[in-house]
Amino acid sequence: MENISKGLVYFLYVVAFVLLNIMYLIYLERKFSAFLQQRPGPNRVGPRGLMQTLVDVVKLFSKEDIIPEKADRWVFRLASLLVMVPALLVYVVLPFGKNMVIADLNLGLFYFLAVASLSSVFVLMAGWGSRNKFSLLGGMRVVAQVISYEIPMIFSLLGIVMLSGSLKMTEIVSAQSKVWFVFLQPVAFVIYFIAATAELNRGPFDLPEGEQEIIAGPFTEYSGIRYIMFYMAEYTHMIAVSALATTLFLGGPSGPVLPSWLWFILKTYFMILLFMLVRWTFPRIRLDHMMNFNWKYLIPISLANILLTGIGIQIFQLMKG
Amino acid sequence: MVAEQQNNGLHTEEMTLNFGPQHPSTLGVYQAILTLNGEYLVNVENVIGYLHRGMEKIAESRTYAQFVPYTDRLDYLSGMLNELGYVLAVEKLAGITVPERAEYLRIIMGELQRIASHMVFLGSMALDINGFSAWMYLFRDREKVLDLFEMVSGNRITTSYMRIGGVCYDLPDEFVPALNKFFSGMDKNFDEYDRIITGNEIFRARTQGVGVISGEKALAYGLTGPNLRASGVDMDLRRDTPYGIYPRFDFKVITGKNGDCFDRWMMRIGEMKESMKIIKQALQQIEDGPVLTKVPRVLKPPSGAVYHQIEGSKGALGYYLASDGSDKPYRLHIHAPSFVNIGAFPEMAKGGTIQDAVVILASLDPVLGEIDR
Amino acid sequence: MSSLSENLFSALKGEYPEKIEIIENSNSVIVLDTVIFADVINKVKEYGFDFLVDITALEEERLSCVYHFLSLADHEMIGIKARLDDKLEIPSLSREWLSANVQEREVFDMFGIKFTGHPDLKRILCSENFIGHPLRKNYIVTSRR
Repeated sequence: MENISKGLVYFLYVVAFVLLNIMYLIYLERKFSAFLQQRPGPNRVGPRGLMQTLVDVVKLFSKEDIIPEKADRWVFRLASLLVMVPALLVYVVLPFGKNMVIADLNLGLFYFLAVASLSSVFVLMAGWGSRNKFSLLGGMRVVAQVISYEIPMIFSLLGIVMLSGSLKMTEIVSAQSKVWFVFLQPVAFVIYFIAATAELNRGPFDLPEGEQEIIAGPFTEYSGIRYIMFYMAEYTHMIAVSALATTLFLGGPSGPVLPSWLWFILKTYFMILLFMLVRWTFPRIRLDHMMNFNWKYLIPISLANILLTGIGIQIFQLMKG
Repeated sequence: MVAEQQNNGLHTEEMTLNFGPQHPSTLGVYQAILTLNGEYLVNVENVIGYLHRGMEKIAESRTYAQFVPYTDRLDYLSGMLNELGYVLAVEKLAGITVPERAEYLRIIMGELQRIASHMVFLGSMALDINGFSAWMYLFRDREKVLDLFEMVSGNRITTSYMRIGGVCYDLPDEFVPALNKFFSGMDKNFDEYDRIITGNEIFRARTQGVGVISGEKALAYGLTGPNLRASGVDMDLRRDTPYGIYPRFDFKVITGKNGDCFDRWMMRIGEMKESMKIIKQALQQIEDGPVLTKVPRVLKPPSGAVYHQIEGSKGALGYYLASDGSDKPYRLHIHAPSFVNIGAFPEMAKGGTIQDAVVILASLDPVLGEIDR
Repeated sequence: MSSLSENLFSALKGEYPEKIEIIENSNSVIVLDTVIFADVINKVKEYGFDFLVDITALEEERLSCVYHFLSLADHEMIGIKARLDDKLEIPSLSREWLSANVQEREVFDMFGIKFTGHPDLKRILCSENFIGHPLRKNYIVTSRR
């Protein structure tokens, strides 16, 4: 009984955190892109357009829930319902601050990666279930992209695991008490950043929803509240991936003066802004270039990085001992 | 490229995809029926005509002067040039000479329109590769050209500025300072385009070597304008079959080398610079005088037919005008460059991916108002 | 008037003294019958008018196809007006010039002129089930003017 109520509290906590952040992330993204493009951005609803997202959501909620007649109805519905599940589940292992982690699993990092990659299944379901050719193409692109970019992402994180000697998030954070891993593992950080962009389907790797080619990819047929679910899942995922980068490379919630959770959020937002900057300045990469880039460059470099890390650790231990 | 992939005994099927007429990157209501093998195009078929308004039929029931505003609606991105081509054809048919100052104004407006049209090209091609910010930058600058048009003609896109026998208004006082301000800002802007999109590695990978069309093929397909010059064929009607007062200006005809999408992109940037050069020279040479000659209210050209073509922003824009001596054109045929250019699209796109096709389509700069007429 | 068109005109006059009529001015036009059309086109190409600018049609007492060619070498333009007989047929140029493909389809759509040898002659601007040929003079626009 206690467990259930505790779980419920945590669940509400995560949902509140995520929803609040998404509301203003969408606003932030629009304002940030407007800033890059020298235009004002949303500025009508509320002071400085702060209420814009709220109005958009209300509008989308009031839309009719359209399911295409020929669609695979169950798959179509399930995809939109379940897509938020893995996106929310990953928050379980993230340390939001000192002693602010829901479940400090021994296999925290492993859990994160495993659950995060699940969401691509639901996107594929959406692509298949819509019975729309654009959706199908998008679904295929998602799978191709996520599967291949998972590899360098995991390889890049192996260096961290070797340095900290643990998969536990809190231990990885405490291993960075002297120096952040971004300085010890700069190559891994860059690879992680690229692979995470691809995992998030954000520009320049936004092929699965490449608007100019396949309209909205798997989400073409979704409207109203179901569309919101995918949209939210995307942003939820972005916060999670940025939070993971913060935890693994930027020292997590540690920092002077300010409370630890504030540090965590600041660093996370720094990562998010980085993602946004890349998205709004780079054009979209082509599918075969993307695959080439992954298999010919990212994976070999990430493997070399593991090797170098291993050698470095050996030398360090020899010098010490 | 990859049309034949190994199937390894798996059962695969080709898929037909209706690309358009409502699609983000068909630049209007163009439709292509794509036959896909996975992501690769096996066959492409053009379907046009969704915007057909029967312009040529309309012309037969309008007087010569009444048709000028209609030309704005052909290639709605370069109204000034369409008007110019039409009024030149009528003047050739009726034997009207135009005052000196009007000739200069026509050239200034025509070249400004070319800059604006090329900006839309660059912007929409950047957008088709998801260069969203680049698109915004280019449209920001196009606005300034449209503001200039608003100053002289009262309209931004459908200007109706050219008249048979001249132009309708002289320059307002604030025009030249505003134009100079626009020009002085352009140097910085060109630099910005370079940094945000032209120099981008992904952009180059997406465009270089994509949609290659050789010079001979381009000529056979009847490509004109920047699309032809990008394939290395040195042909520019402004220089080769000069009309108006173009021989008085010193400008370079930009040509490309490879005939790929990147060359077609660079063509436009080069041409914008050349257009600016022409306008600067025109502003130096222009003298005061009347801008509209006396033309009879009911214009009845002698019977006969002319074909007049100008270098539009998309290619050679031709008007075939036949008169039977009445006040209405007996027959007006509009040779739209985009209509011919798009004919080459199926062959250029075949064998590439959908993503390539989008870029190639954008690089041909089709405008549906002109294709469907 | 440059040497290219003069050469062409004298050659044509020599070969077909009766079937051809040449209007020489700034916009030179060769008027001919469809019988000799294919031969004249070959001549035109031979004499250096190698770029097909435009294909259209004109309805007077009879329909005629109007072609315009440009010489890429010295940028001279000539027109060719081929008078059609009642069969409304003319050989297609789409083999020599790929650009003729779409333009001939347009003329077919608008005037109903059949281009023999065209690979895919169907309507291009009007829909497939459209009745009539809009640019013919006997096609009256009834609803709005």
